Amino acid sequence: MARLARLALSEDELEPMARELSAVLDHIAKISELDLADVPPTSHVVEVTGALRADEPRPCLPRELVLAQAPEVSGDGFLVPSPQA
Amino acid sequence: MSATDIVELSVRAAADAIAAGSLSSLELFDAYQARAAADRAAGEAGLNCFTWVAAKAPEDHGGAPLHGVPLAVKDLFCTEGVPSQSGSRILEGYEPPYTATVVSRLSEAGASLLGKTNQDEFAMGSSNENSAFGVVRNPWDRERVPGGSSGGSAAAVAAGLAPWALGTDTGGSIRQPAALCGIVGLKPTYGSVSRYGMIAFASSLDQAGPLTRDVGDAALLLRHMVGRDECDATSLEFPHEIESPTAERLDGVRLGVPEELTGEGIEQGVLEAFTATLDRARELGAEVQAVGLPHAPHALSAYYLIAPAEASSNLARFDGVRYGHRAPGASDLLDMYTRTRHDGFGAEVKRRIMLGTYALSSGYYDAYYGRAQRVRTKVADDFRGAFAEVDFIVTPTSPTVAFRLGERTGDPLAMYLSDFCTVPMSLAGIPAISIPCGLSEGLPVGLQIAGPAFSENRLLDVAHGLEQAIGFDGSAARV
Repeated sequence: MARLARLALSEDELEPMARELSAVLDHIAKISELDLADVPPTSHVVEVTGALRADEPRPCLPRELVLAQAPEVSGDGFLVPSPQA
Repeated sequence: MSATDIVELSVRAAADAIAAGSLSSLELFDAYQARAAADRAAGEAGLNCFTWVAAKAPEDHGGAPLHGVPLAVKDLFCTEGVPSQSGSRILEGYEPPYTATVVSRLSEAGASLLGKTNQDEFAMGSSNENSAFGVVRNPWDRERVPGGSSGGSAAAVAAGLAPWALGTDTGGSIRQPAALCGIVGLKPTYGSVSRYGMIAFASSLDQAGPLTRDVGDAALLLRHMVGRDECDATSLEFPHEIESPTAERLDGVRLGVPEELTGEGIEQGVLEAFTATLDRARELGAEVQAVGLPHAPHALSAYYLIAPAEASSNLARFDGVRYGHRAPGASDLLDMYTRTRHDGFGAEVKRRIMLGTYALSSGYYDAYYGRAQRVRTKVADDFRGAFAEVDFIVTPTSPTVAFRLGERTGDPLAMYLSDFCTVPMSLAGIPAISIPCGLSEGLPVGLQIAGPAFSENRLLDVAHGLEQAIGFDGSAARV
């Protein structure tokens, strides 16, 4: 699960994490008692339709301003380690 | 006017004084700037409300309606060229290249950025003990928490380090700290305030709102916050202007008391203050009656699946590539991601990412996330039914008064239960306000009033009427 979440958890973090999450999940399990068979899910409370804006080109942030916050830059892009070492 | 007198003014009174020429906007800014900067300089020996304080007032406000009144802004709002770190090590030193819509709007209305306030990391917490920049202390008792996640904003307003502040509320993060610090906090109807430029926690729940010393100031701040923004597809045009509340009586107003949120688990002293406030409401002409919200006790479970699920997705963007912290010496890209996130995120954020990843994972999605979304429907239906019988729903905001620092940090579930009374309204997307309604053991108790979507004007009016009758004195919290 930690790998799926892209988290490196150390050995001494794993045990308390598992214990705390088990306690929370035990509490949350109460919702399994509810009969929800015919209930539609709510992903969002606001009815918004036609929220798309016109697909027109417009100025974006200057490249140097955006790259200024990057940990590592190469030329005009973000520099990252190779996917396969 | 002395600096001490200046900080006792409501924002309305201060803006009026500036308009009348008896106070200058610079005097007002400097009075607060000196107090905020002193707290910042004191670090954890002070209240630790701020993560950044402006050195001086911005340029002329050009006679805009807020007349240059200083505004404290929760750290998670992006402010161009000013640190915006959302309480996280992973964003330490991050200065965004743009400003959140709501902050821009307030600036155009004449608000001056006073500082950025400390908060729980990525707004995950109910005590402000999860910040990478240290805990915030409650000005009523420095050994106690201010609540969270907008703890820095709430404590700053209560202590007179800012005249008012912006916070955000996902499951109670404006209302609960407002209650614990003895001030007013309003979570508006979902969609009424743009989320553009807010560093996201749970997008279907996050909503910005005001933290103020009184209800009139909350209305004034909200007036300049609401409105459709084409950068936030879920934002809506507010159907009417936010007005200044004037009610003195509550004749004919029907207040519903849900037994599900006013019984078991609520501290005795909190219940006593709540009950005394209901008596006052009756004296003002309100009709107080019982109302049912049968699924409200399950809202907390649904919330602690939905919010972490959305957070696990939103926080995927913090990967050390484009901004913020990057762990050095990684062997490959995956190693860089995992080590960056290990170093950059605090324990509570990791816990919620794990919970959310689990709730969304193949094989568990239907049992957890899917069921939680169905519970959300039932919670919202309960409110719809209740509002056919009553105008507003009233509960204590927090089951307890401010708890001691460290008291709940070892027990996440106990911490989550702080949100028991506020989470149902968040799931339903409806507006809710917390106003101080008394003291228990010398600490403030908050009253929560919730209404149907877009009922803010009536909600503020009822809150104002009650506030006048209660006559809460918050001056003991001033630094």
